[in-house]
Amino acid sequence: MFDVCVDPDSIDGLTWGLCYLTSGKHLDFYMSFVTVLTLLAVTAPAAMALGFGGALAARSAFAPLRWFGKAYTAMVRGVPDIVYFLFFVIALDQGIEWVSHQYHCPDWTDPIRNGLEFRVCPEAKVPPASASPFAFQAYGFFLAVITFAIVFGAFAANVIYGAMQAVPHAQLETGEAYGMSPAQVFRRILVPQMWTYALPGLANLWMVLIKATPLLFLLGVKDIVYFARELGGTKTQAYAYPHPDWRLYYFLGLLLFYLLMTKLSEMFFNRLNARISRGQATAAGDAARKVAT
Amino acid sequence: MKKLLLATTLLALTAGFATADVVRLATEGAYPPFNLIDDKGEVGGFEREFGDEVCKRAALECTWSTNEWDSIIPNLQSGNYDVIIAGMSITDERKEVIDFTQNYYPPEPSAYVAAAADADIMAGVVSAQVSTIQSGYIASTKATLLEFPTPDETVAAVRNGEAVAVFADKAYLRPLVEESAGALMFVGEDVAIGGGVGLGVRQSDQELKGKLDAAITTMKEDGSLNVMIEKYFGAEGSKF
Repeated sequence: MFDVCVDPDSIDGLTWGLCYLTSGKHLDFYMSFVTVLTLLAVTAPAAMALGFGGALAARSAFAPLRWFGKAYTAMVRGVPDIVYFLFFVIALDQGIEWVSHQYHCPDWTDPIRNGLEFRVCPEAKVPPASASPFAFQAYGFFLAVITFAIVFGAFAANVIYGAMQAVPHAQLETGEAYGMSPAQVFRRILVPQMWTYALPGLANLWMVLIKATPLLFLLGVKDIVYFARELGGTKTQAYAYPHPDWRLYYFLGLLLFYLLMTKLSEMFFNRLNARISRGQATAAGDAARKVAT
Repeated sequence: MKKLLLATTLLALTAGFATADVVRLATEGAYPPFNLIDDKGEVGGFEREFGDEVCKRAALECTWSTNEWDSIIPNLQSGNYDVIIAGMSITDERKEVIDFTQNYYPPEPSAYVAAAADADIMAGVVSAQVSTIQSGYIASTKATLLEFPTPDETVAAVRNGEAVAVFADKAYLRPLVEESAGALMFVGEDVAIGGGVGLGVRQSDQELKGKLDAAITTMKEDGSLNVMIEKYFGAEGSKF
């Protein structure tokens, strides 16, 4: 990055440290923080949407849809996350390539599954073999977002489903007494009122999601934990910046990063919680009313 | 509907790319001097230079990628890349699931490295990387096997006392011992296992295997492979 860093062997002390911390690999490391934050920013709304849909499905009067909603939450909740993370990457990836294969190479005669091998025609590869490394990273990231959204969506569905059940029935009946249609009751009363019950559970999920991001590495995305392990490991003279085992310091940095993330989230959720429980017939709402008067 | 949407998106994504014949190479990137991620963040080491040269001679267009060691064979089979170039020893067990080219690094013994000369390598805890010929060998001895996903962690386990010794390729351990200022040392006898290091390809990819084999043969014949080994492994590296 800097001119003085051209020959790392000839520098020492602070300059060496500066050059070391600005090497191409370290810049990749810093970028991986952006990857993790992007993942959180994209996954959280996606999981919320899936959760909302799942909760609606589980409450549906139409039986097959209800079964689907219940099966979705039960299945994902009942299986360890890591199994899904391992399963989805392979299943999604092969599923996508299979669909692409059917379209691109209808005349292909070789078997797609040959013993342990999975082989589609070269045109059907996703991303294509000639794509840039960035495309492969982006594709892995895309698979990661889908997987995270499906898994965390199921948990969110359960939280939202519970919160909808917790809204006092009298409030819904009041709406009906005013002549609102079921859709209006849902939109004007049930959804606005359920947030106060859903928020603690959703905040908890968000915390779990933050801490689950190292699973990214299982999905082939180079995340901060991968880089910390890679950069911290003992480096011999084969590398430009040889050093002993520094993993402890790198992991310490990650620890601080995760603590900071969760602390900031906690502060945010406390504020949000105080805001939405205002005027609610809950203990928190009651406490807020007493402070105000 | 969803499937249809997905399919259309994918088509839109893939339509723009040319379908040139590109061979994807996969390495571990954590096994110096065979392969490593250099300080620019790119694949480096002996196999980088060797792989680029083989591709040039075989007139193939190659790109590099990295993959965890533990899943490097399954991901070859599921088509994520076409060639494994990761210091992988040719063994009969691996030959059952993938094919190897001829070796491009001669069979070299594996060795024990410990922090003390009197380390009990026969019955103590010995670390090795998971799914390697070395971990298989330790499992067959009376020693207790302690496995790690990366080579670096196997050596770190010896430094911090979790294991009395590490068992790995001598070519990997040699620079670590030389640069440890006496903290690490070779102990016990070397063990000759494995049939040299080869390129791993899918069993259905015989055409690619043939091209790679031919390129390696020319490199062995004109001596350029030995020059490359000398450059990365020093005078002690095994030659052809």
